[in-house]
Amino acid sequence: MSISVKNISKSFKKVTAVNDVSFEVKEGELFGLIGPDGAGKTTIFRMLTTLLFADKGTATVAGFDVVDDYKEIRNNVGYMPGKFSLYQDLTVEENLDFFATIFGTTIEENYELIKDIYVQIEPFKKRRAGALSGGMKQKLALSCALIHKPKVLFLDEPTTGVDPVSRKEFWEMLKRLQQKGITILVSTPYMDEAELCDRIALIQHGKILQIDTPQEIIKHYPKKIYDVRADNMYRLIESLKSFEHHYSVYPFGEYVHYTDKRDDFNPQELQQYLAANDHQNIKIKITKTTIEDTFMELTK
Amino acid sequence: MKRFIGFIKKEFYHIFRDKRSLFILFGMPVAQILLFGFAITNEINNVDIAIFDKSNDATTQEIIQKISASKYFSIKQNITNEAEIETVFQKGRVLAVLVFEKDFKKNLTKDNAAKVHVITDATDPNTANSITNYISAIIGSYQKGINKNSTLEYQIETKSRMVYNPELKSVFMFVPGVMTIILMLVSAMMTSISITREKELGTMEILLVSPLKPFQVIIGKVIPYIFLSIINAVVIVILSIFIFKMPVQGSLFLLALESVLFIITSLSLGILISTVSATQQTAMMISLMGLMLPTILLSGFIFPISSMPLPLQIISNIIPAKWFILILKGIMLKGVGPYFIWKETLILIGMTLFFIALSVKKYKIRLE
Repeated sequence: MSISVKNISKSFKKVTAVNDVSFEVKEGELFGLIGPDGAGKTTIFRMLTTLLFADKGTATVAGFDVVDDYKEIRNNVGYMPGKFSLYQDLTVEENLDFFATIFGTTIEENYELIKDIYVQIEPFKKRRAGALSGGMKQKLALSCALIHKPKVLFLDEPTTGVDPVSRKEFWEMLKRLQQKGITILVSTPYMDEAELCDRIALIQHGKILQIDTPQEIIKHYPKKIYDVRADNMYRLIESLKSFEHHYSVYPFGEYVHYTDKRDDFNPQELQQYLAANDHQNIKIKITKTTIEDTFMELTK
Repeated sequence: MKRFIGFIKKEFYHIFRDKRSLFILFGMPVAQILLFGFAITNEINNVDIAIFDKSNDATTQEIIQKISASKYFSIKQNITNEAEIETVFQKGRVLAVLVFEKDFKKNLTKDNAAKVHVITDATDPNTANSITNYISAIIGSYQKGINKNSTLEYQIETKSRMVYNPELKSVFMFVPGVMTIILMLVSAMMTSISITREKELGTMEILLVSPLKPFQVIIGKVIPYIFLSIINAVVIVILSIFIFKMPVQGSLFLLALESVLFIITSLSLGILISTVSATQQTAMMISLMGLMLPTILLSGFIFPISSMPLPLQIISNIIPAKWFILILKGIMLKGVGPYFIWKETLILIGMTLFFIALSVKKYKIRLE
């Protein structure tokens, strides 16, 4: 096991940030902690990167105990904190060089590992990090976290504040890193990114709701989900919520996701109900379950 | 070691790329020393005064002549009636009015006593005091001149000599003080800010999760500022020697050693401040309020410690600057050797060790 967490809890004054959390990450796995802001993701990261002590429970990273062998862990992990912690007044190259030096290595030595990522920002290597776009900062931060060839990589919300194209590229990079044998623990509030992980843990209010592969988690969703839309979306939600057989109703992108209490639900019936309620351009179609639906269901 | 050098290199990048800190580092010492040296002074020079001469005879003319001939006073105007005295003060034209009584010469020769009235504007009490003293001294010397022939019985003569600063130049007093303040400011404030900046930007998190040892981070932060503070000290000493003719009676080597000691004391204070503050702003506030103010007020830089109330005198002992100013004055003005300042030096060393021990105890290798 690359990461093993057993029953850890952590409170700050009266707030319980992490509550009896256990999970394991296999070597070379891309594992996602999925949950909204304030779910306790960052606290878990900080405990695993030896920055915080757990109140209860134990954890090991790369075989080292996070309390007793913290020095070993600090040599063997790469950590990219939530805000890209770069030196804004140093150039791209100076940042990378600095992190290489403090980890006792050089850019040349591990260039192979970061090459894919670094070539994209190399044209700007004389630019100060503060003047980079969000996507470029993210790539630089990842390069810095990787430069010493860590066994385990911790990425805390690496795609927050980054444009969709860069986000997609970023996940492709993670997949490639994984193939090089690096274990990756990543957290994200974006449910659509969850499906790109090997396994995920859904987390809210410091508790893990479910751990499995994204496919399994989706498969276990008990209901059929329908995309519903009409001209007046706000009124549509109101109407759906007052429909007597509704099970859940929540906005999802440009649609409303609707599930029915009955197993033999006929969309035609809903169509008539909505038409009777003066809705125009009604569209109802069955859709694929996503992680977000599961999450909504679990936190219901 | 390579890691460590890499870290120091990064620190120098930070310093040289931040215009504001560069200004504080190099602009401030020069500005302060010139400001204190030229503008803030207790000496009086060319003070404007007015004369109300009711008798207008040979003696008063001689006295007025003597006063206006000195470099301390220049006679701005002559007054002809009582009411005008108030007006010239209110208009702020003069700082003192000299009133000679009627029949001055006659009274002096007949009754052996004549009166002259010195009225000063005491909105600035120090200056008013000096003006009174200077005028009395000039009149006194005139009196001595006319008494040359007749000797009084039983006369006590006071003769005074000011040692170490015979011309009573106030710049001699300010230079050690300013040097102390600047070294304190640069060392303590700048290091505490630069350490808390890493906390604020989140880079401290990465530094902690790296094989760099905490003491390497701290020493790495401190070394650039030791260099810069030494440069500052040299600049200040050169400025004061060449512009203000400040003497350095004692050994320059000893001066350098003691300055490095004080720089290290201030740096350890800066580290201590950074361990207790989470943001740059807090660090700056603590440095300014907690260090600068007591340093200026209680170190004996501006206000003599011996005239403070007893509780403040006791408090002044825990201010490192007090001891450094004593050392500086000893070396620069009195020219003493190590034998005379070993006590102050030992106190500074003790304080430094105490601050370092406390910082090490307080320094967190984790976030909490």
